[in-house]
Amino acid sequence: MSVRISRRLRGLVHKEFVQIRRDPSSLAIAFLLPTLLLLLFGYGVSLDAHHVRVGVVVTQPTAETASFTSHLQHSPYFAPVALPDIQAAERAIGRREISAILWLREDFTRKLLAPGGAPIGVMLDGVDANTARIVEAYLQQTWQTWLAARAAESGAPIPGALAVTSRVWFNPAVQSRDYLVPGLIAVIMTLTGALLTALVIAREWERGTLEALMVTPVSLREIIISKLAPYFVLGMGGMAVSVAMAVWLFDVPLRGSFAVLVLAASLFMGAALGMGLLISSVARNQFVAGQIAIIVTFLPAFILSGFIFDIGSMPEPIRLFTYLVAARYFVAILQSVFLAGDVWSVILPNAAALVVMAAIFLGLARLVTRKRLD
Amino acid sequence: MAPNPETGTAAIAIEAVVKRFRERGRDVPALKALTATVQRGGVTGLIGPDGAGKTTLMRLIAGLLRPDSGRITVLGIDVRADPLAVQGTIGYMPQRFGLYEDLTVRENLDLYADLHDVDPAGRPARYAELLHMTGLGPFTARLAGKLSGGMKQKLGLACTLVRAPALLLLDEPTVGVDPVSRRELWQIIDTLTRTEGMTVLLSTAYLDEAERCRSVLLMHEGQLVGDGDPKQRTETMRGRSFHVDAEGTGRRRLQALLAAAPGVLDAVIQGSRVRIVTRPGAAATAAALLPTLPGAHLVAVPPRFEDSFIDLLSEHGAAQTKLAAPPPSVGTAKDEPDEIVVDGLTRRFGDFYAVKDVSFRVRRGEIFGLLGANGAGKSTTFRMLCGLLPPSAGTLRVAGVDLRVAAAAARARIGYMAQRFSLYGDLSVMQNLRFISAAYGLSGQRQRERIGWALEEFELAGLADATSRDLPLGYKQRLALAAALMHAPDILFLDEPTSGVDPLARREFWRRINGLAEAGVTVLVTTHFMEEAEYCDRLLIMAQGQVLAEGSSDSVKARARSATLPEPSMEDAFIALVEAAAPRGIAA
Repeated sequence: MSVRISRRLRGLVHKEFVQIRRDPSSLAIAFLLPTLLLLLFGYGVSLDAHHVRVGVVVTQPTAETASFTSHLQHSPYFAPVALPDIQAAERAIGRREISAILWLREDFTRKLLAPGGAPIGVMLDGVDANTARIVEAYLQQTWQTWLAARAAESGAPIPGALAVTSRVWFNPAVQSRDYLVPGLIAVIMTLTGALLTALVIAREWERGTLEALMVTPVSLREIIISKLAPYFVLGMGGMAVSVAMAVWLFDVPLRGSFAVLVLAASLFMGAALGMGLLISSVARNQFVAGQIAIIVTFLPAFILSGFIFDIGSMPEPIRLFTYLVAARYFVAILQSVFLAGDVWSVILPNAAALVVMAAIFLGLARLVTRKRLD
Repeated sequence: MAPNPETGTAAIAIEAVVKRFRERGRDVPALKALTATVQRGGVTGLIGPDGAGKTTLMRLIAGLLRPDSGRITVLGIDVRADPLAVQGTIGYMPQRFGLYEDLTVRENLDLYADLHDVDPAGRPARYAELLHMTGLGPFTARLAGKLSGGMKQKLGLACTLVRAPALLLLDEPTVGVDPVSRRELWQIIDTLTRTEGMTVLLSTAYLDEAERCRSVLLMHEGQLVGDGDPKQRTETMRGRSFHVDAEGTGRRRLQALLAAAPGVLDAVIQGSRVRIVTRPGAAATAAALLPTLPGAHLVAVPPRFEDSFIDLLSEHGAAQTKLAAPPPSVGTAKDEPDEIVVDGLTRRFGDFYAVKDVSFRVRRGEIFGLLGANGAGKSTTFRMLCGLLPPSAGTLRVAGVDLRVAAAAARARIGYMAQRFSLYGDLSVMQNLRFISAAYGLSGQRQRERIGWALEEFELAGLADATSRDLPLGYKQRLALAAALMHAPDILFLDEPTSGVDPLARREFWRRINGLAEAGVTVLVTTHFMEEAEYCDRLLIMAQGQVLAEGSSDSVKARARSATLPEPSMEDAFIALVEAAAPRGIAA
């Protein structure tokens, strides 16, 4: 089968590129928006806790308590504030002067040396639940490292669990930015893929150009390809900008191969463009198309893709729903390729899911788009 | 492709085509078993008021819609079976032709040449021909979005003609186009049919265009109500068209009397006289038609196509409501004080003058028209008169109030009917009237009285609970006018009030407006519909933000009178004025 690109298709694609060049709004969506979002998320939003003020109450100071508080002092995450008693600490947390209380009771040293280990009292300001959870985890982790360090010195076995340390395997610096930026790329590509396609086709409906186009001998396949190809290029351009910013501006490691990244991105782009086409065949004006695109593609990609909020901790019905969000598969691949490397056990099933999603959306779009007005 | 023996001679054969649309849960029939034939060669006009189903039929022929039942054959090809083959042989220009506004004239032509697979070798010659024909030669590098309305329309036409089609479908190509461009478009169409042997099917709501067609298909409410040679149809009306004037009776009163006369089918104001069409068989003497008015006399005039159309529609049950003639007005407009005074009005946007040094006065009880093509500055003038836009320079007094200092006080005395009727589509007729009257500060007994008056006067009582969105266009227009009159204003502003409504609804609308003017309401109306100017006592013709002419319709028309054009129409006058102004650099 010879692949002959018809004059019609060439004409349409050429037209699309001329329009992209003349109308800066599509270029802005493709390149400016990713830059802005990355800067905003890269610098503005951080899920890390740094220099959290923790009130430390030591009821009976000993060598052990001093060792632990100094360990805490050296952690970049905490700024300990020594308080005389638990009542003072409670007042301080009430005034929001501190975010947590660490209470080492009078039996701390005794229990530490006894089998079973010592308890530490931790009280958190739960107003900001997210920060509270992070602080809790950090405190636990600090506690574990101190215990481990003590054990290494004395040769004694390490009491307590190791579970917490798994959090930081692929992100040793515990930088949420490293974790956010790859996910953000999926969100950005949803935007350039779905929103841009939906808007430009809706614009043709609005301006009546599509009606004129439909009565020419151009085939439906040619119309669809002429809309997919240019925005595929634009979307991949936005992706390249995002990856470049991730690697060179935010120093996010790229541990996997570039080829896997490009391949996965192409698959995801297919799904996103399919969604855009589908939306544009339903909504024939730009405003409605924009609204639908944001509600059904952008928001789910933001919230349900596991980019910020962990899918595993979502309630069951919502977790099931995330399987319909193409971005979740791409986020999984991106996080793997950036932070862990080419982990095939992650990449292959997610890539397969992306193939299915792309096929479904493009197929549906092809099915509902007709070269007719009714 | 071998022509089908049955349909071989016809360019288009339409057989019992039915098309329904589902709208908001209701089944709306657009075409009701329509059967028609378009012969090869020449221009066939698809004539009918808005909503008659013209666009639906065009789209069915072009294969953009699929009929519910019936069959359409275009040049021997069944459209339903092979729409792509039809689209490969015809040219179709939709109502809003899809030019890519961010592409240049040349790029638009290239795109359509590519889409029609035109060989690059043949292009330069074809382009040269088309650019010459449309006069777009000097503008090939200009963005389509930067062309004037008429030029855009011509470029749209050129794009559909890149590969000379055997059949050309034009859906209302002259709507919203200024009279000069309209005439040029018709010249192009005539050239195409004459020199290229093209068959053209052209839809239009302008009845005067029917006379330029070789044959016509007349549509009304999804049905074919007549077809054939327009000249023959017009000829059948001979002996039924007259000019009437009566010494000592104002033209508006005369028109109202004539419209109410049993023997009169149609009565419209034309200049200082009234033009009537008598009912078939009615005695054509003044005494028989108007026994109560001794001074009237009739002069036979040649029939127009519009006369036969009105005749046809009245046969199809589209009965006109006969309004009672208003009482004779007490004074003549000449003695009345000026209600609107505009002096040196100018509005600038940057260095662009939308309105430049416009002055006019409107007396109480006068109907004053602002005429001009799109972009002439009518709407900007209107907005300033309503106090919605501050002028850059000049004075504006409405109802004795300076709009620059007391816009709100003036607005309380103004009734305004916007172009798109500005009704709340989801509210019922009653709810709209209640809301608008409340917005104008009416309440209690007074509000009830006015709503009662509106429902009765505009015959809306039976529709009080109907949702406004679902009303036929003519009723929407009535409701909008009723809403504008809720607070019994002294001055009525009408912005393109009859655009899109059929000739019958337009006549009824003007009868109401005439009645209001007789009762002393001052009416200011904008329109690009030249014939509507005949209803105005005086009018102002605008182009490029400036005044081209002011006066009565007779005096404006008289300026275009020449040996070749002894009886110029308002459109002829408009074109003559614009062309005369062109050397001064006013018109583009």
